[in-house]
Amino acid sequence: MKIPVKYYGLIAEAVNKNDDLISFSGTSVEDLLEVLFKKYPVLKTKDFQVAQHNHLLAKNETLDETELALLPPFAGG
Amino acid sequence: MSRYLRHIILDNIGESGQKKLSEAKVVVIGAGGLGCPVLQYLTAAGVGTIGIVDFDTVEESNLQRQILYGNSSIGINKAEAAKKRLCDLNHTITIIAYPEKLTTLNATTIFRQYDIIVDATDNLETRYLINDACVLTNKPMVYAGVYKFEGQVAVFNYQEGATYRCAFPETKNTTPNCEDIGVLGVLPGIIGTLQANEVLKIILEIGAVLRSKILFYNSLTNRFSIISLKRNEEAVKKAQCFKIKPVQPQQEVKQLSVEEALKIKDAFFVDVRNYGALPKVKLPNCITIPLAIIEKKIHEIPEEKEIIFFCQAGISSKKAVLTYQKLRKKTCYSMKAGIYEIKEHLEG
Repeated sequence: MKIPVKYYGLIAEAVNKNDDLISFSGTSVEDLLEVLFKKYPVLKTKDFQVAQHNHLLAKNETLDETELALLPPFAGG
Repeated sequence: MSRYLRHIILDNIGESGQKKLSEAKVVVIGAGGLGCPVLQYLTAAGVGTIGIVDFDTVEESNLQRQILYGNSSIGINKAEAAKKRLCDLNHTITIIAYPEKLTTLNATTIFRQYDIIVDATDNLETRYLINDACVLTNKPMVYAGVYKFEGQVAVFNYQEGATYRCAFPETKNTTPNCEDIGVLGVLPGIIGTLQANEVLKIILEIGAVLRSKILFYNSLTNRFSIISLKRNEEAVKKAQCFKIKPVQPQQEVKQLSVEEALKIKDAFFVDVRNYGALPKVKLPNCITIPLAIIEKKIHEIPEEKEIIFFCQAGISSKKAVLTYQKLRKKTCYSMKAGIYEIKEHLEG
């Protein structure tokens, strides 16, 4: 499966890009994370959530090939 | 009352809506970049009782975005300084200042006295504390956060909706705040105003509240996106781990202006910026030890002198003070405004 990915806030800074295309075998958020952590080990140290179709997804939920977003919490105020 | 005429002539508000506003009680945690616009609009709108919780004092570097304050507020507690300005904006409402830190000891007691809790803080730890206390007291949490040019707004724990822990269940605590990384001054203004809008909608019972939704805004691209999420009972339950625990008293950092520092007898200055940092400073009795290696090089700092740390903006020097005091068990100082103040006085 090939999914376009959009990075937000400090996640975009950590991987040094705003957009990406991730290829992986499998269908769940967990499968995707495994590939992402291998490609960008720095993400293991960050808090973020995965969203697709404008919904936050749990780790066991299934993805399709629509663009997804990696969203961190923003601490500042 | 002519003050609220522009509200009253709106069909969705009217006199009954204005009455709801005057009977509402809202507490704002944090009177900084987000808290200032929230407080300003809630006060102007005539929200009847407004609480302000903030233990911090106004610094010059706050004035770029914290629009309730001016030069005369520098050094004053933010809750008190905000109250003074807001009482002038609207003397018909009740404003209560809590010049203290929100902790597990006072959070639920304060929250029980209000209908809506506004999270305008600048760190994740307090955001989890606010979430947990909101779940325990069954109050809605109107949340916002900013990062450089981006912001997010959400309403958590509202009408059985998702909580902050449902959105962000774990923390590795690596998310920096505005003081450490910078923020575009107008951004908390935009995001805080959106936050105030959600508060007014909840009170007035109009429109679509950001319940179980997070709004993302990017000020560089003008892109707004709304992401939905589900309430997760496992995550909600974690609020129950909120326990009354003794709060560590915050270690005090004594801060000096450059005039005060230069008056000190036996002063010894330590520049904690990296080697070769610009602008250079010419001060008598001054050495450079970058913050990261203070522990290793502490022997280079003469024990018998009065030690004054300084850096670019007065943030790293505060950290240096804490490290030094821990190692030497001796009081020292941080230069309040950092290098800029020194430069003005000594290199002109």
